[in-house]
Amino acid sequence: MEVKDANAALLSNFEVFQLLTDLKQQRKESGKNKQSSGQQNLNTIMYETLKYISKTPCRYQSPETVRDFLIAMKGHKLTKAEKLQLLNHRPVTAVEIQLMVEESEERLTEEQIESLLQTVTSILPGDPEEQQRDSEMATEDKGDQA
Amino acid sequence: MFVLVEMTDTVRIPPWQFERKLNESIAEELNKKLANKVVYNVGLCICLYDITKLEDSYIFPGDGASHTKVHFRYVVFHPFLDEILIGQIKSCSQDGVHVSIGFFDDIVIPPESLQQPAKFDEAEQVWVWEYETEEGAHDLYMDIGEEIRFRVVDETFVDTSPTGPSSAEASTSSATEEVQKKEAPYTLVGSISEPGLGLLSWWTNS
Repeated sequence: MEVKDANAALLSNFEVFQLLTDLKQQRKESGKNKQSSGQQNLNTIMYETLKYISKTPCRYQSPETVRDFLIAMKGHKLTKAEKLQLLNHRPVTAVEIQLMVEESEERLTEEQIESLLQTVTSILPGDPEEQQRDSEMATEDKGDQA
Repeated sequence: MFVLVEMTDTVRIPPWQFERKLNESIAEELNKKLANKVVYNVGLCICLYDITKLEDSYIFPGDGASHTKVHFRYVVFHPFLDEILIGQIKSCSQDGVHVSIGFFDDIVIPPESLQQPAKFDEAEQVWVWEYETEEGAHDLYMDIGEEIRFRVVDETFVDTSPTGPSSAEASTSSATEEVQKKEAPYTLVGSISEPGLGLLSWWTNS
């Protein structure tokens, strides 16, 4: 066996999630007539990886949201690795942005960090329950003000 | 976290599988060989992404099976340096905090990379961050099962392939050798010594 290129491409969690769910669907449809002895490793790793990825924000993503996100990120001048981390983790605080973006104090002003957070939270869907709670709290505040 | 790795290999299909589509047999064989296994200096292989090229299949004298050279791409778990990951605390010991991601368990955060100052609580066998504010010191415990955000600072690949008969000379100490040889083929070293890293509960605003 030969490794031609150990780093041909970076994959986002969402792409791996899609791949594994499609593979699981395929294997379910093709029936259980395969020798299960050799397939045990594949089953284990697929199950564990899906379990882990399903707890990350990528389960709410779709190809369109990923594409919109990358288009919106063009203006912010971030490296590929930084954009990938933002896509996988969906940070909501400035502290998280500082972790993922190298030398963020020198490269981004506070307003830029704010606008980056805004872009991330508006384009990438988060947990629908949390978002509902947040919007309910927001309307309550508005009610108090009025 | 995941990368695509281009590889080539020769796949052997035994004659009783000739009725199946070649692509399916090859995909199954590749997954059987590589899934959930660590490839030296590459990472933990997850599953086949696609087959890019199939060369001609040959049958060699003495063996009824067909041998096909395949060019394919495989999904591999290989976090890049300084990547941020979220995992669960599996256990704590004197050498640090052991973190697991479910499908990968060999992640360790050594004591010097914990949020300082930190001490090891012998009674509960957990690491504690002694967080100081004006009011006094809070002891933040790193309990098992808690979600933790860490940065990958180092990775180590160990070649665990068998060494062969030359190591049979040290047969008297073979018992200790066997105990030592339980090394993980791929380990990650993490760090949580920055603001924002550590247990998720330490940094949530609500």
